[in-house]
Amino acid sequence: MAGSLTRLLRHHLAALRMLLVFTVITGIAYPLVVTGIAQAVFPHQANGSLVKDGGGPVASSLIGQRFNLPSQKGQPSGSPDPKWFQPRPSAAGPAGYDPKSSGASNLGPNNAGLVKAVRDRRTAVAAFDRVPPSSVPPDALTASGSGLDPDISPAYAYEQVNRVAKARSLDPAAVRKLVAEHVQGRTLGFLGQGRVNVIVLNHDLAALKRR
Amino acid sequence: MPTAAAHRPVSKDPLPPSTHRVSGGMLDPRQLATSLPDALRKLDPRVMVRNPVMFVVEVGAVLTTLSAIKDPSVFAWVITVWLWLTVVFANLSEAVAEGRGKAQAETLRRAKTATMARRLPADWRPGATGLSEAEVAATELRLGDHVVVEAGQIIPGDGDVVEGVASVDESAITGESAPVIRESGGDRSAVTGGTKVLSDRIVVRITSKPGETFIDRMIALVEGAARQKTPNEIALNILLASLTIIFLVAVVTLQPFAIFAGAEQSIVILVALVVALIPTTIGALLSAIGIAGMDRLVQRNVLAMSGRAVEAAGDVNTLLLDKTGTITLGNRQAAEFLPVSGVPVEGLADAAQLSSLADETPEGRSIVVLAKERYALRGRTEGELAHAEFVPFTAQTRMSGVDLDTSRSLRKGAATAVMRWVREHGGHPTEEVGPIVDGISASGGTPLVVGEVTRQEGTSTARILGVIHLKDVVKQGIRERFDELRRMGIKTVMITGDNPLTAAAIAEEAGVDDFLAEATPEDKMALIKREQSGGKLVAMTGDGTNDAPALAQADVGVAMNTGTSAAKEAGNMVDLDSNPTKLIEIVEIGKQLLITRGALTTFSIANDVAKYFAIIPAMFASVYPGLHRLNIMGLHSPTSAISSAIIFNALIIIALIPLALRGVRYRPSSASSLLNRNIVLYGFGGLVLPFIGIKLIDLLVQFVPGLH
Amino acid sequence: MNETLAGWLQILALVGALALSFRPLGDYLAHVLTCPRHWRVERLVYRVGGVRGDADQPWPAYLRGLLAFSAVSVLFLYAFQRLQNHLLLSVGTKPVAPDLAFNTAASFVTNTNWQSYSGESAMGHLVQMAGLAVQNFVSAAVGIAVVAALIRGFTRKKTDRVGNFWVDLTRIVLRVLLPISFVMAIVLVAGGTIQNFHGIQSITTIAGDHQSITGGPVASQEAIKELGTNGGGFYNANSTHPFENPNPFTNWLEIYLLLVIGFSLPRTFGRMVGDNRQGYAIVAVMGLVWAASVAIVTANELHSVSSSAGHAAGGMMEGKEQRFGIWASALFAVSTTLTSCGAVNSFHDSYTPGGGGMTIFNMMLGEIAPGGTGSGLYGILILAIVTVFVAGLMVGRTPEYLGKKLGAREMKFASLYILTTPGLVLVGAGLAMALPGERAAMLNSGQHGFSEVLYAFTSAANNNGSAFAGLSANTAWYNTALGLVMILGRFLPMVFVLALSGSLARQQPVPVTAGTLPTHRPQFVGLLTGVLLIVVGLTYFPALALGPLAEGLR
Repeated sequence: MAGSLTRLLRHHLAALRMLLVFTVITGIAYPLVVTGIAQAVFPHQANGSLVKDGGGPVASSLIGQRFNLPSQKGQPSGSPDPKWFQPRPSAAGPAGYDPKSSGASNLGPNNAGLVKAVRDRRTAVAAFDRVPPSSVPPDALTASGSGLDPDISPAYAYEQVNRVAKARSLDPAAVRKLVAEHVQGRTLGFLGQGRVNVIVLNHDLAALKRR
Repeated sequence: MPTAAAHRPVSKDPLPPSTHRVSGGMLDPRQLATSLPDALRKLDPRVMVRNPVMFVVEVGAVLTTLSAIKDPSVFAWVITVWLWLTVVFANLSEAVAEGRGKAQAETLRRAKTATMARRLPADWRPGATGLSEAEVAATELRLGDHVVVEAGQIIPGDGDVVEGVASVDESAITGESAPVIRESGGDRSAVTGGTKVLSDRIVVRITSKPGETFIDRMIALVEGAARQKTPNEIALNILLASLTIIFLVAVVTLQPFAIFAGAEQSIVILVALVVALIPTTIGALLSAIGIAGMDRLVQRNVLAMSGRAVEAAGDVNTLLLDKTGTITLGNRQAAEFLPVSGVPVEGLADAAQLSSLADETPEGRSIVVLAKERYALRGRTEGELAHAEFVPFTAQTRMSGVDLDTSRSLRKGAATAVMRWVREHGGHPTEEVGPIVDGISASGGTPLVVGEVTRQEGTSTARILGVIHLKDVVKQGIRERFDELRRMGIKTVMITGDNPLTAAAIAEEAGVDDFLAEATPEDKMALIKREQSGGKLVAMTGDGTNDAPALAQADVGVAMNTGTSAAKEAGNMVDLDSNPTKLIEIVEIGKQLLITRGALTTFSIANDVAKYFAIIPAMFASVYPGLHRLNIMGLHSPTSAISSAIIFNALIIIALIPLALRGVRYRPSSASSLLNRNIVLYGFGGLVLPFIGIKLIDLLVQFVPGLH
Repeated sequence: MNETLAGWLQILALVGALALSFRPLGDYLAHVLTCPRHWRVERLVYRVGGVRGDADQPWPAYLRGLLAFSAVSVLFLYAFQRLQNHLLLSVGTKPVAPDLAFNTAASFVTNTNWQSYSGESAMGHLVQMAGLAVQNFVSAAVGIAVVAALIRGFTRKKTDRVGNFWVDLTRIVLRVLLPISFVMAIVLVAGGTIQNFHGIQSITTIAGDHQSITGGPVASQEAIKELGTNGGGFYNANSTHPFENPNPFTNWLEIYLLLVIGFSLPRTFGRMVGDNRQGYAIVAVMGLVWAASVAIVTANELHSVSSSAGHAAGGMMEGKEQRFGIWASALFAVSTTLTSCGAVNSFHDSYTPGGGGMTIFNMMLGEIAPGGTGSGLYGILILAIVTVFVAGLMVGRTPEYLGKKLGAREMKFASLYILTTPGLVLVGAGLAMALPGERAAMLNSGQHGFSEVLYAFTSAANNNGSAFAGLSANTAWYNTALGLVMILGRFLPMVFVLALSGSLARQQPVPVTAGTLPTHRPQFVGLLTGVLLIVVGLTYFPALALGPLAEGLR
């Protein structure tokens, strides 16, 4: 009895030692070496592809942001600011686009709440951008998986051109040109989907304004 | 009378017509009725629990009965009745299979009726006479006792003849009415209790304990009392049990899902779903298939000592076949006369025929026939040659012949013997003879040299006339049989005492894959062990005592009933017809048994698909109307749909009993083509058939009041 | 280029890349699992670890090592999470609650990586990299070790030795997982995946708002998360998160990584049993199922009108990222549910009933097309054994697979194996549905809510780890129940597989003849696929009928 217990203990002790060995190799050495190389060779990417404006970072080009008016009391976020290209709806945090709580709505395909939300968004976006409701593209009506999607479809970007130009008193053609410059095709021509990065677009839009 | 099939005489020569089909006995509908009481007796849960699938059905039937009593409805009672019928049908299949065995056992028992034995005292030795005999009951005989049996008496127990020779009627066991000779010494010494001595007197040493005689074992075997589950049957049972558990869990856990959906299901419906899903078809027929497999062997007059042996027969990789009697006809036959120069072929033929007139051996007769057919020499009778004196064959002279009168003598026999005889009479065998003899040997034949001595006026001339070519005659159709075996992946090895040259020639002609020449029992044993060490299963036949170790070593050892009791003890099957060719049939029966199991398992599982399409919409279309689209059979109503599925499930068992008893059709062919055929038939068939069957039943039951 | 053509090219490029790796990776794995020589660093590992690496073990010893290692791992990981606030790089996280810590420990040790927590807020960097990510390596290696033992059962004769657990574990980590992960981590960083030790960085956004940018050693964990079919994301949003999966190329690479070992192992199998055709047959079944599933899910997601939300929005983009779109999301969803990976680049809860139902069905198939690292192959080999058993009877012989007879003992273990997972799924889901309190965890109502519960238990029992994430599974009941289901769903099958391996290794092989059922032909591929679909379909049909089928057939 005591013998079998010691044997059991010895077994598990050996197992623990092996686990510690692997922890050192794969849990400490491996990430440290990868970090070292990453920081040396690809520091921009390794640190989050930050977009800097003058001094400090204003965004990560990979993480979407809210472009809203200051929020009213009791509201998690304000209403969309017409001066900016608007991103997709977000389910990350109550206000959306909170990197501390990434995630999706997880509403089912026949969920009545989701259907209603989509219909409401269609009405709201169409009114906001002054376009017919039927022309609003799906990405403008649906929350992304991460809640941090930095991209919108080119269709949604072009839809917003007139509204942004008007709000900023810019020549719509110049804004349209800016959007066109920011349209990314599929990677290698066939991977993923065409898109416009709202962060970069808005960042450059701000620069356009100053010009 | 079902036993008639068991006693059907089997033709031995040439091969039984190869119909490419192992057929079985037919199912007499009356058997269903006579087996019904047995089927009902088997409802005892203590018996049922041995078959987990059907036990679940029985428990389900009890549950629905209680439920139907509590909340009576036409639907509940229909389901209840059909569930009970399902169980009864399953028991019926087993009872019918056993019933056939019982009838056979009955005939055997008649042979076993209280015989008296004349026991000799313990100090009896062969040759001793005048000792007192004691009259005892056969059941009191012990191992090693000696008994006297005389004409007209029944042999009281299994044993070996140690003194005397007698003709014995073994029809009680073999069904063959022709008496057989049993004599002391040699390979024909075994006698079986219950057989009858027709002539003469023999002394038999008893070799079996009371209650364990051959006939006892036979009775137990055919009755199924000694039946144990075979390894493969156990494996299949495990798989079926686990499928049963999975479906049981699937249905039990369905209830909370259904309650959430707002469609709580009644016990009756849940039980119906379980029974429809678990593999009842194969579960019901599994033991009948096994019993029927043994039974099919019995019908071919082969007794398998265990089901395991029958299964092993299906797996055999290598068949060891004795040349004589299996591959070739028992005897050699004259094929050609080869005269030396200066002798006309007719002369040789005439001499050969003359020398063989009194030779009653098959070889001798074949010489007479050949001479008559080829050279139109009429067969003379002995009487015609009044002064002729025939010289029979002896082991010393190794020749036989005739002295026609004082002027002419003829001899035929082994080359060396005849040549010596010629030399002794002053002749000089020509040089030619040597090459002819060697040529015949090389081609696998046996040369018989014919010599002649003529005496005229005191001087005698001796000379060789020529050589008779005796040949082994390969059985018709055997080559095709071996080709078939090769396609089945079975290697054939011919065992012969011939020299390698002869053996090779016959092997070539018969188309066997390999041969073992100048085989001794030790060689045979070594061959078996060598094959087995490579993972192969070996089957062989044997009859002599010296075959016993090899028979025991082989995975399937078929002992000839004519053989010694040692051989019969060692083998795991006994062929009552003593027909070595039957090994091939035994292999086919073994395969057919496994195929029947596999086919019905596939069929059973494939059936479930249709049952789902009947039952699931019936259960849930009320709350989720979309599921009505799964009702692709367009069944009338939920209750009629579920009833139809359950009725189909029960009826298919009855419908398949004949197949289970007969076994599925088996054609010797490669594994791939066999599988394709069975998948199409039992897989796809099993998928489609219930859709049709359930729909048809639904068309009828929808008119039952209370089911719509 | 139009969407359809691009979508097809994306799939074909993936198939091409997998085909190219099939031989080299499969052969290399076979070499690693059979070569008699140890590396010097491996000897050092054995010495420091205090284990013997020089002798093969009988299956019970192999199993004992495996279970001891896993038990210690669960305890270690549990303690790690409970004490994380005292450790370095905790980035302000609190100790993980006991039930959640148990669930997470069980989840990572079993290669499930079900996450009831949200990575960015619950776990410090050290727990992620030195606790969770270590299990990503070793749990993947344990799966491959078990299938290596099973294959040895087929190849060896008359022995009770099935290999050495410590040697298999060490070699797979050091020679296979670590080098590939290292290279791929760097590639991911180049693509934009982050790799740093920053805490939360507060920034003022372009519009003048505030945002917290998270940091962490993500790329190093991301690479092994996919390669080892683990699937536990650094972040709650998993591979939808731009810091884990920044662009369409990294997305394609991650799909490739999570499939590559699973699809290459059949080659290893063929090599080790000395007949490559056996491996081709297995990979053909895996490929067929995968391809069919890709077609079904993609078609369903493109056909947005099959759901009311899709109809309203004009496209099934809820829960999907703009940079990936429908095609790349469906491809990922199928690949992750057919391996036991469980990483997601879109949220399955919002898929069409057909597409989402298919992801459940994919897992129900038992994670075998190609399945988790190692576990996929042993899963499909068990099914092959069941197939050979039934088909073998139909050719009139005692069934044999690769020369080994399938008798009562072999069928006992195979049957127990196929019994375990469905039992856990159905009993677990049944209990959850029977308890009103646990039903309340559903986000969605009706059939879809039931699908969430069914998905959770299917995912846990099959060690997948993905979720219909609407379910609020971070409750004491779900954490405990799912934790237990994961452990039983992982280790019971392993016990049966190793026992089976031992029983096969003892046998003398039977020679192959014309009467032997060939297991390398299209006929067998079709048969195995059929048995798989029928057995799984029959088991789960009632449950699926009340979930996705009821929702889809409205």
